[in-house]
Amino acid sequence: MNEIIKLSAAELAAKLRDGSLTSVQAVQAHLDRIAAVDGGDRGIHAFLHLNGEEALAVAAEVDAIRGAGGAEAEALHPLAGVPIAIKDLIVTQGQPTTAGSKFLEGWMSPYDATVIEKIRAAKLPILGKTNLDEFAMGSSTEHSAFGDTRNPWDLDRIPGGSGGGSAAALAAYEAPLALGTDTGGSIRQPGAVTGTVGVKPTYGSVSRYGAIAMASSLDQIGPVSRTVRDSALLHELIGGHDPKDSTSIDAPVGGLAAAAEQGATGDLTGVRVGVIRELQGEGYQAGVQSRFDESLEVLKAAGAEIVEVSCPNFEYALGAYYLIMPSEVSSNLAKYDGVRFGNRVLPTEGPLTIERVMASTRSAGFGDEVKRRIILGTYALSAGYYDAYYGSAQKVRTLIQRDFEAAFAQADVLVSPTSPVVAFELGSKLDDPLAMYLNDVATIPANLAGIPGITVPGGLSEGLPVGIQFLAPAHEDARLYRAGAALEKLLEDRWDGPLINQAPELAESSKEGVA
Amino acid sequence: MPAISREEVAHLAQLAHLEMSETELEKMAGELGVIVNAIKSVSEAAGDDVPATSHPLPLTNVMREDVVGRTLTQDQALQNAPDAEDGRFKVPAILEGE
Repeated sequence: MNEIIKLSAAELAAKLRDGSLTSVQAVQAHLDRIAAVDGGDRGIHAFLHLNGEEALAVAAEVDAIRGAGGAEAEALHPLAGVPIAIKDLIVTQGQPTTAGSKFLEGWMSPYDATVIEKIRAAKLPILGKTNLDEFAMGSSTEHSAFGDTRNPWDLDRIPGGSGGGSAAALAAYEAPLALGTDTGGSIRQPGAVTGTVGVKPTYGSVSRYGAIAMASSLDQIGPVSRTVRDSALLHELIGGHDPKDSTSIDAPVGGLAAAAEQGATGDLTGVRVGVIRELQGEGYQAGVQSRFDESLEVLKAAGAEIVEVSCPNFEYALGAYYLIMPSEVSSNLAKYDGVRFGNRVLPTEGPLTIERVMASTRSAGFGDEVKRRIILGTYALSAGYYDAYYGSAQKVRTLIQRDFEAAFAQADVLVSPTSPVVAFELGSKLDDPLAMYLNDVATIPANLAGIPGITVPGGLSEGLPVGIQFLAPAHEDARLYRAGAALEKLLEDRWDGPLINQAPELAESSKEGVA
Repeated sequence: MPAISREEVAHLAQLAHLEMSETELEKMAGELGVIVNAIKSVSEAAGDDVPATSHPLPLTNVMREDVVGRTLTQDQALQNAPDAEDGRFKVPAILEGE
């Protein structure tokens, strides 16, 4: 394996800056890796679209600027020239954006998302677009209209979802950085089951302009990486106020990489870590619980004060989420009617009226999970049920926020397993939607309350990665990076290197690369 | 008795502009029944004194100056249209019989 692809984004950036590597070499190494392991029947299939030509052109531009030196080279962003993969829910000019749906197959965005504008301005070459559950609805990426993504740790298992493509790309060394989106755990749960790092920032701290909306009061774009420090660097790049997103927080984002560096000293003296009683035990696999308990010991040894906190209303969080989210879905997805964009499908018989064309278009364009959520949301919002379901769910949201407030009065950060289970086998939960929903039981409360969360690798259970989640109060994302980096450093000392080093070598799956 | 009947799903599908076969309706009614049963305890969780939260941050309306910002050109707006004519989106008949 080419050693370039094993570098973290921060290490790669340092080598680009000191001239020991060029950005073109870095991009080419990752494109070669993608060509070797992403295609074919047993390939990872993290990518839906590759953007090699543009990525190499941006890389060459960065190399030329660095080569020329002077003010322009000095002004380059520290991550300039480091390649990145983008979840295909985020719109990009010059490449198709599909949201993993047949409805949008081949759709070309006429504009860039704000996070993409920032990435282009900082000159990070974009490698391509990564696979996801259709419109980010799922926990396994199996609801993509364009095929499954495989988990690099075990090719017959799911990479998590909805951002399974971005997480798998990181775990398979196909990219050193990626963007994800997290509505109920779609960055953190894939991170957990692939042994990578992912962060859901405070709601509103990263612009959502150009992220195809699923549930607008919950959606958040965030960084995906192999190290805590890399997520901090990317988070600082993409964060900050955006007038184009009316839910954007009008305050600068900073101090995250510094917090990660502070954490990497391995000292958590004086930090109060709250263990959420309700997010462990029953429903959590024994191996997951063991790795979690070991992590608590490690945190304690690092000087953290471990306190138990109780969040009694979390038992209603999954229910509230599966009422609020589909309600917002049913509204947000009403625009997919085949009038202004998307693949219009005409009814095969009967009169050709716009209503019938909309219905046949939507039925042909949407997969089962999307339809299920639209119908559930339409039900929750309909007359006679609105107060009992949607109204009650919004009240539960208040109770969850109060639970977090009380917990954060006792602790600086909270900790739990990220996912109750390790990666399961492809196909094993497809016929049981409720079993699929339960994968997000530990990640959903953060979305309901708008607070930030991170997942870091916590070890293996039966050879598969377990994730540890930290949560912090809104606007206190820096605390996640400190605690996450500390646990990462202390566990890596025990493992004698990053957990990902223990992943099996991938065989070359295809000489042709992505179809 | 299922929490959501097949007829109810058919009505919801019509409201949501989704065309579904008899088999799909049957399957969906069963699945939604299981899901609704699992989440219906939410309706008893909070008392009348608990206010609703619609949004995680306490934001009020965000205003801007009423000036033209960056907009799409007509060509950009139409570039993904399934059908267009004379610079406009083209749709089939709005009413039956036209």
